[in-house]
Amino acid sequence: MSSLWNRFSRVRELPVAVAFVTLVAITATLNPRFLLPQSIKDLLLNATIIAILAAGQAMVIISRNVDLSVGSILGIAGFATGALFASFPTIPIPLVFLIGIGIGAALGAFNGLLVVTAGVPALVITLGTLYVFRGINNAWAGGTEHFSGDRPKEFSNLSVDTVFGLPIITLLAFVVIAAMAVYLAKFRSGRDFYAIGSDPEAAKLFGIPVARRVLTAFVINGALAGLAGVLYASRFSSVGARTGTGLELDVVAAVVVGGVAIFGGSGTVIGAAIGAFLLTTITSALTALRVDKFWQQAVVGGLIISAIVIDRISTLRNARRLRLEQARGTTAVSAAGEGL
Amino acid sequence: MCQSNPTSVIETFHVSSDLSTETMNTATPLLALHKARKSFGQVVALDDGHIELVSGEVHALVGENGAGKSTLVKILAGVHTHDSGTFEVSGAAVKFRSVAESKARGISVIYQEPTLFPDLTVAENLFIGRQPKGTAGLISQSSMRSQARGLFEQLGVHVDPSRLAEGLSIADQQIIEIAKAISLDAQVLVMDEPTAALSGSEVERLFSVVKSLQSKGVAILFISHRFDEVFAISDRITVMRDGSYIGTWKTAETDEQAIVKEMVGRDISTLFPKEDAAKGDVVLDVRHLTRVGVFNDISFHVSEGEIVGLAGLVGSGRTEVARAVFGVDVYDSGTVTVSGSDLKGGDPMAAIRLGIGFVPEDRRKQGLVLELPVGRNIALTLRKFLARVGLISHTKERGVAKDWGDQLQVKAGSLEAGVATLSGGNQQKVVLAKWLSTNPKLLIVDEPTRGIDVGTKAEVHRRLSDLAKSGVAVLMISSELPEVMGMSDRIYVMNEGEIRAEIPRDKATPENVMAAATSRVKVAG
Repeated sequence: MSSLWNRFSRVRELPVAVAFVTLVAITATLNPRFLLPQSIKDLLLNATIIAILAAGQAMVIISRNVDLSVGSILGIAGFATGALFASFPTIPIPLVFLIGIGIGAALGAFNGLLVVTAGVPALVITLGTLYVFRGINNAWAGGTEHFSGDRPKEFSNLSVDTVFGLPIITLLAFVVIAAMAVYLAKFRSGRDFYAIGSDPEAAKLFGIPVARRVLTAFVINGALAGLAGVLYASRFSSVGARTGTGLELDVVAAVVVGGVAIFGGSGTVIGAAIGAFLLTTITSALTALRVDKFWQQAVVGGLIISAIVIDRISTLRNARRLRLEQARGTTAVSAAGEGL
Repeated sequence: MCQSNPTSVIETFHVSSDLSTETMNTATPLLALHKARKSFGQVVALDDGHIELVSGEVHALVGENGAGKSTLVKILAGVHTHDSGTFEVSGAAVKFRSVAESKARGISVIYQEPTLFPDLTVAENLFIGRQPKGTAGLISQSSMRSQARGLFEQLGVHVDPSRLAEGLSIADQQIIEIAKAISLDAQVLVMDEPTAALSGSEVERLFSVVKSLQSKGVAILFISHRFDEVFAISDRITVMRDGSYIGTWKTAETDEQAIVKEMVGRDISTLFPKEDAAKGDVVLDVRHLTRVGVFNDISFHVSEGEIVGLAGLVGSGRTEVARAVFGVDVYDSGTVTVSGSDLKGGDPMAAIRLGIGFVPEDRRKQGLVLELPVGRNIALTLRKFLARVGLISHTKERGVAKDWGDQLQVKAGSLEAGVATLSGGNQQKVVLAKWLSTNPKLLIVDEPTRGIDVGTKAEVHRRLSDLAKSGVAVLMISSELPEVMGMSDRIYVMNEGEIRAEIPRDKATPENVMAAATSRVKVAG
């Protein structure tokens, strides 16, 4: 029983996946309309943007950093998208995507350079840039808002048209998540992020280019926030000075609930993405079950705390097990533990 | 991994072992460090570092804590760069500025507590940054695992390559570090106290691995405090003392007594000796204290007017015992009694109420609040007593702080000066003042004079002696033999989490304390 539990808590994305499936099953039983095609489509659309942000944030958190400025980056990229279509109605859609991603990457690079050179925790740096970037967005947008009416039909349709029942922007998110998952699991440089998050000092001793990798994580995360900003403009009717405000906490919550250790070193992009789907679905599910708005937020909070408590308990149990095993003089080589 | 072929290695080795160490320079050593000096600011960590390693030898490096072994190792590893002296690898002069440079020259260092990535698999820890690639340039888990398995087979050990490194025993972690060294074609393997945390069977496994490496021509530098092991496995022994090279002997031509003598041989008469004081009632009585895996069945007592030394090497469990007594850590079984009242574990406030003061080993991290001024630091333990209706009276606080600051002659600009700005010796006086102001019945001091200058050291010693004279019981942990021998009425010697000997003041010699500190069984005091 105990070893089963250990195994279960080792596969970090498993609890969140189980929670997700259970949630959908229970809600669907109590309210069958929850699984109508239109409801599913809405669920996916709601989760898409958070899932993309979570994929990037997971990479940053795995390397023992955090980026709190993603909501502000999304805001700037989203408003830029609206402004581009308003000023140049014939601008090619791929070019808009490139510009949005480019803006995000540049802001991410700014974060990354500050973190790497200043030696100040990313939490503090990006808390600062959260306000700086939001300030830029405010100054630029002022009271202006750009509405979906300004944007070409094909652009807005990215969030309406479906392929195999999946909205196009959701498919795009799946591609991004898959690419990130393969990179972090299957490339040497991708694996470095886990080493850095696991023990930054040891990583230096191993000759891993810690600064370059951390910078990369922030640039990629920024680029994905930029992409999310463009998609936001496609999905929602208006973009303005306050677009994306407060999103960063939803994203960090999704990543943590998805089994990424808040102090880095372990977790997966897939887990973080499932965390994003779980958090957005739970809100819809509780609404479908007519649960009071206040309790909805309390449930989300409870989820975050239980994710961290489960993580902490398994760490403590492991530490104690190790101490006792060593005292008995046995080695732990036979204990089960599946990696990747 | 064998660039030199095995027969020539054996020949080289025979040649070298036929010559005395003084005339060994006919064979070019794989690694030679001469007259190496390294200082950190004012502190000279290594004054005359000297080591020569030839292919296929196991070379033991021994010395007390603080003899400079670690600094020497870190120079070999590229963690520190030597200030002066010569350093040659295979006859070519080198000056390492990074770990990578040292690795590139074929030097691998295995530390007492290896640093693996706990969240990565064993195989990945071996190959991080150079994982084998399979189709489409992606990391191939299967070939990484099979390569890891190959390395472990070569070493004759079984470790599951796909398990996480988290929770591996120290022994297994070391095996992984050795496997990594082999995969990196290491010619020189430095092992810093590799057996300190190993059980008997694990040591045997490690030694069989070491011998197979030796037969392949690898030079092994083996640092250890366990003389039975040093004599079992080494070909030559180098002794260091006080940052300097003392000498190198062929293991077959020397013995334990001779080596211990070289390690401790120094004048201890210059130190302030403890004055005799009348012994009173037993203050601290510890019975059968055990924390599984850390220390085992510890029993000792300290009486009024007595200074009891807790000697032993770093890692022998002395500090852990003190922390458990004071309640910072919990213990699994046993009893702690202070002047007749039971003290439950895990509650430092209860310990303070019963009159225990604790001056920790790491004063900067645990003894002081560096951001606060001197005065506030001294008065920290008295907050409860100084408070009236929950608010601290600053006048009173300042009064107490001034009183004790003056008594101990803390040299600070003012009581408002930041503690961080003081010298090490004065910081230690602030920590002492902090506890003395609580009028303790029992004062536990852990390495009370580490890193402070000779003058202040004597002052701290005199202060401890005065305390004992006034009836306080003092438990002193120290790694410095002269300090232990000069200050203690009785000495308990610990090794591997157990008390190995209880030696009264008049029977204590550097040799018998050191022998007990490295003994694996209980010895008569």
